[in-house]
Amino acid sequence: MNLHLFVPEITMAVVAVLVILLDLFVRQKAVLRGVSIIGLLVVIGYSLAMWKGMDCELPAFIFNNMLAVDNFSLFFKILLAGIAILVILASADYASKFTRFQGEYYALILLSALGMMLMAAASDLISLYISLELASISLYVLVSFLKDRKSTEASLKYLLLGAIASAVLLYGMALVFGVTGQTQLSAIAGSIQAMGLGGLVDSPALLIGIVLMIAGLGFKIAAVPFQMWVPDVYEGAPTPITAYLSVASKAAGFAFILRIFYSSFGMPDWLSQNWGMIFAVLAVFSMFIGNIVAIPQTNIKRMLGYSSIAQAGYLMVGLATLGFASAGAIAGQSTILFFLASYTVTNLGAFIVVIAISNKINSDNIDDYAGMGKRTPLLALALTLCLISLIGMPPASGFMAKFYLFSAAVQQDLIWLVVIAVINSVISAYYYLRVVKVMWFGESAVEDKIPSTAAPRIALILTCLGVLLLGIIPGLLMRLAEEAGKIFGG
Amino acid sequence: MDYNYLSTILFLPAAGAIIIAFISSKNEKAIKWTAFIFTAIPLILAIYLFCAFDRSLSAAGVIQFEEKYLWIAPLNAHYHLGVDGLSMPLVLLTTFLGFLAVLISWKVHLRPREYFAWLLLLETSIIGVFASLDLLLFFIMWEIEVIPMYFLISIWGSGRKEYSSIKYVLYTLFGSAFMLAGILSLYFTTGSLSIPDIANGGLGMVQAIMPAGAIFWLLFIGFAVKLPMFPFHTWLPDAHTDAPTAVSVMLAGVLIKMGGYGMIRLCVTMFPGPAQDYAQLLIILALIGILYGAAVTLMQTDIKRMIAYSSISHMGYVLLGIFALGQVSLTGAALQMFSHGIITGLLFAMAGLVIHNIETRDLRQLGGLARQVPTMAVVFSVAGLASLGLPLTSGFAAEFLIFLGSFNSAVVNNMQIYTLIAVVGVVLTAGYILWMIQQAFYGPPRDEFNGVKDADGLEKFYMYVLVAVIMLVGVYPAVLTDVFKLGISPIARLFGG
Repeated sequence: MNLHLFVPEITMAVVAVLVILLDLFVRQKAVLRGVSIIGLLVVIGYSLAMWKGMDCELPAFIFNNMLAVDNFSLFFKILLAGIAILVILASADYASKFTRFQGEYYALILLSALGMMLMAAASDLISLYISLELASISLYVLVSFLKDRKSTEASLKYLLLGAIASAVLLYGMALVFGVTGQTQLSAIAGSIQAMGLGGLVDSPALLIGIVLMIAGLGFKIAAVPFQMWVPDVYEGAPTPITAYLSVASKAAGFAFILRIFYSSFGMPDWLSQNWGMIFAVLAVFSMFIGNIVAIPQTNIKRMLGYSSIAQAGYLMVGLATLGFASAGAIAGQSTILFFLASYTVTNLGAFIVVIAISNKINSDNIDDYAGMGKRTPLLALALTLCLISLIGMPPASGFMAKFYLFSAAVQQDLIWLVVIAVINSVISAYYYLRVVKVMWFGESAVEDKIPSTAAPRIALILTCLGVLLLGIIPGLLMRLAEEAGKIFGG
Repeated sequence: MDYNYLSTILFLPAAGAIIIAFISSKNEKAIKWTAFIFTAIPLILAIYLFCAFDRSLSAAGVIQFEEKYLWIAPLNAHYHLGVDGLSMPLVLLTTFLGFLAVLISWKVHLRPREYFAWLLLLETSIIGVFASLDLLLFFIMWEIEVIPMYFLISIWGSGRKEYSSIKYVLYTLFGSAFMLAGILSLYFTTGSLSIPDIANGGLGMVQAIMPAGAIFWLLFIGFAVKLPMFPFHTWLPDAHTDAPTAVSVMLAGVLIKMGGYGMIRLCVTMFPGPAQDYAQLLIILALIGILYGAAVTLMQTDIKRMIAYSSISHMGYVLLGIFALGQVSLTGAALQMFSHGIITGLLFAMAGLVIHNIETRDLRQLGGLARQVPTMAVVFSVAGLASLGLPLTSGFAAEFLIFLGSFNSAVVNNMQIYTLIAVVGVVLTAGYILWMIQQAFYGPPRDEFNGVKDADGLEKFYMYVLVAVIMLVGVYPAVLTDVFKLGISPIARLFGG
C-alpha cells in the first residue's frame, strides 16, 4: 500500500499525541504551540509537494478506496491546516485563561482538523461518517473549554443537536445504502444510473435518504433551518474556537457535500436539479434569516454567528449552481472553493481582532467597541477591512469571491438567485457598517491602548494580507481552485 | 505611447493616501503638502494628456493612451485603461476638482491624516471609473468610492451626518447590486468583460441568449441611483447637505457624473435598441426631475440643501440630453456634466465659505453681505448666474446644446414638446438662484456681520480659477465639445445621427 499518500494525516495524528505528551513535562506552554505549528507547516508543505506530483500519481485511492488523494482533498488539507495554524496563533493570549489542559486544547484542535481533512478526502460513506465524528467530538470538547456556565451550556447544546444531526445523516446514509447496496461513492453513482429515471422516481426511500443527508449536513454548515445552535454556541465557546468553528467546520462541511453530491448524486440531471433546487431554497432562507436577524444583535460574536449563516447561504448559491449544471460540466466547484478560502481569511481576521479586543475589555458587546479607532487604530482598521470583505465590497477578497461565485450562477440561468444574493449583501452592509461606525465614530470612556502580543499580530497580518491579495490578484488561487475542482469534471 | 500616463494619474492619489497614513497626525503641514503634491501632479498630467489628445476626425471613437494587461486569467479580466473623447474631459475634471478639493480643505484641522487619506483615495476611485475599459475594474472602482465617502461624511460632516452617510451607502449599494447582476449577465452572454469589445460586437449574442432589455434595466438602476434620477434621488440632498465642503464639491462635481457617464458608456452604447424603446419613459422621468427638483429648491432655506436640490434639476437636463439620443443632445449632456461639475463645485465651495466665515447656513438670517464680503458676493453671483445658464458661462453653452439637440432629435417621438416643458425648468432655476443671491448678499447691510472675514488669498485663488474655467468654456465651448464629439459621434451613429 502507498502509505506515503497518507503522510499528512499521519503527521497530524502524531503531532497531536506528541503535544499531549509534551504537555506533561514542558513548563513553557508556548513550546506546545510551536510544535503544533511546525507539524501543520509540514502537512502544508507535504501536501503542496503531492499537488506538484511528487512521487505519486493523482488521483489515487488508499485503504480499499476509503480515502481519495486528489487535488480536491489536498486543497482542503492545505486550507484546514492553514486555518489551524491561524487559530493556534490567535489562541496565544487567550489560552492563558485556561490554566490547565493547554496541551489538550492544542491537541484537540489538531485532531478535529485531522477529522475535517479526512472528511474532505473520504470517498466512502463509512469513512465519511467516521471522520465527521472525529471532527465533531473534538469540537464538542473544545466548545466547553471555558467551563463557565455559558460555555458548558453551549457545549451541551452543540453536543445534543450535533448528535441528532449525525443521527439524521446516518439514517439518510442507511437509506441510500439500503436502496443502492453500496457505500462506495462512485459505486452509488453507478447504481443510481442503473436504476434509470423511472426507477429513481419510484424509489422514495432513496430520495428521502438524500433529503435526510442534506438535513444532517445542513447542521454542519449552519444552513437555515438547521442553524439554531449557531448563536448560542458561537457566543458561549472560547472565541478562538468560535473562529475555528465558523470557518473550518463550514469548509469541511462543504467539502463533504461537494464530494458526495457530485460523486454520487450528480446524475441523472433530474436528480441533480432537484437537490440543486433544495439548496437554492435553503440559500434564500439562510441569506435572509441570517442577515435580518443579525441586524438587532448587540453581541459581536452572535452577530458574526448570524453573518456566518448568511455566508453559508451565499455558498449554497454555489451548490445550487452545481446542481443545475448539466452533468460533467465544471461549474461552481472551483467558485465554492475560492469563496471558502476567501471567507476563511476574512472571518478569521475578524475574529482575531475580536479576540484581541475582548481579551482587554472583557466584553463582546458591540457598544463597548466605541472609540476603538482611537484606542487601537490598527486593530480597528483590520476589522474594518474584514467587515468590508464580508459585505463583499472591493478591494477586499469578499468581492472577488462573490463575483466569481455569482458569475457561475448566472451561467446556469440562476439570475433570480443572484439578484436575491446581492440584495442580501446590501442588507448585510447595514449591520457590518454599524460595527465600523461604533469603532470609528463612537466615544469611549477609557482611552488606554489595547496591547497585543506577537503571535496574534502575525496571524492578523497574515489574514489581512490574504484578504487584500485575494481581492486584488485572485488569479493564482482561482487557478488552484479550478485544478482542485477538476476532479469532478470527468 | 510608452509611458503609462493613465495608471500614473490613477494611482498617484492612492499612493499619496498611503504615504499620508504614515505621517504623524501632528504634522499637519506635511500631510497637506503631500496631498497637494499628489493631486497636483495628476492634474498636470491630465492637462498634458488633454492637450496631447488626438482631436482629428479620424480619432472618433478611438481609445487613446490605452493600457491593457491580463489581470485575472480565469475570469478573462484585464487591467484595461484608456480614454476616448467622452472620458478624457471627465478625467481632467476629476483631477482638477480633486486638486481644488485639497485646497478647499486646507482649513480642516480635525483628524487631518485620515481626512486627506480618504479624500485622495476617493479621487483615485473616481478617476478609475472614468478610465476603466474593463467591466470588472469599472465596477470595483465604482464600489471602492463608497468607503471613503462613508467615512468622510460621517466623521467630518455636519447635521445628521451619520444618517446621511449610511443612507448614501445603502442607496449606492442597492443600485450597484443591480448593476453587478447586470454586469454578470453581460459577462455571461458575451463571455467578455471588455467594454469596447462588447460595445463593438457582443450585442448580437446578448439578444440571442437573454433579453437585452433586462440587462439594460439592471445596469440602468445602478446609474440612475447615482445620477440621481427621480425617484431615486432622496439620498442626494442629505448627503450633499451634511458632507464637508470639499466632499460636497467632489460629490456634486464628479461623483454623480459617474451615473451619467455610465448611462452613455454602457446603457446607450451597448443597448441602442432598448435605449430607444425606453427613451420616452426616461425622458418623462427626466422632466419630473427637472421640474420637481427646481420646485423643491425654491422652498429651501438652507444654503447647501438649496444647491443640492438644484443638482437634481440639473442632472435632469443630463438625462434629457442623453435619452434624446441625438449627436448634439448627447454632446450637450456631456458638456453639462462637465459644466455642472465646475459650477456646482464653485457654488458648494462658496457655500462652505459662507458657512465657515459667517457661521450660519440659513438664508433667512443672511442679508446685505455684499458690503462686508465683496469678493465672495461677486464670485457667488457669477457662479449663480452660470448655474442659471447666463450666456458667456459654461452653463449656457451646455443647456443650449441640450435644448437644441433634443428639440431637433428625430430619434425619439414628441421631443419638441418635452423640450418645451424642460425649458420651464430654466425659469424656475432663475427664480431660486436670484432669490438666493439676493437674500444672502443684497438688501440693507446688517450690523451683526460687520467684521466678517472675506475670502483670503488661498480661497481667492481657487475661486478665480473656477470662475476662469467657467468663463473659458462659456466663451469657447469648442475646447471641450471638439473632444466630446469624438466620443459621442460613434454613439450617435447607432441611432442614425
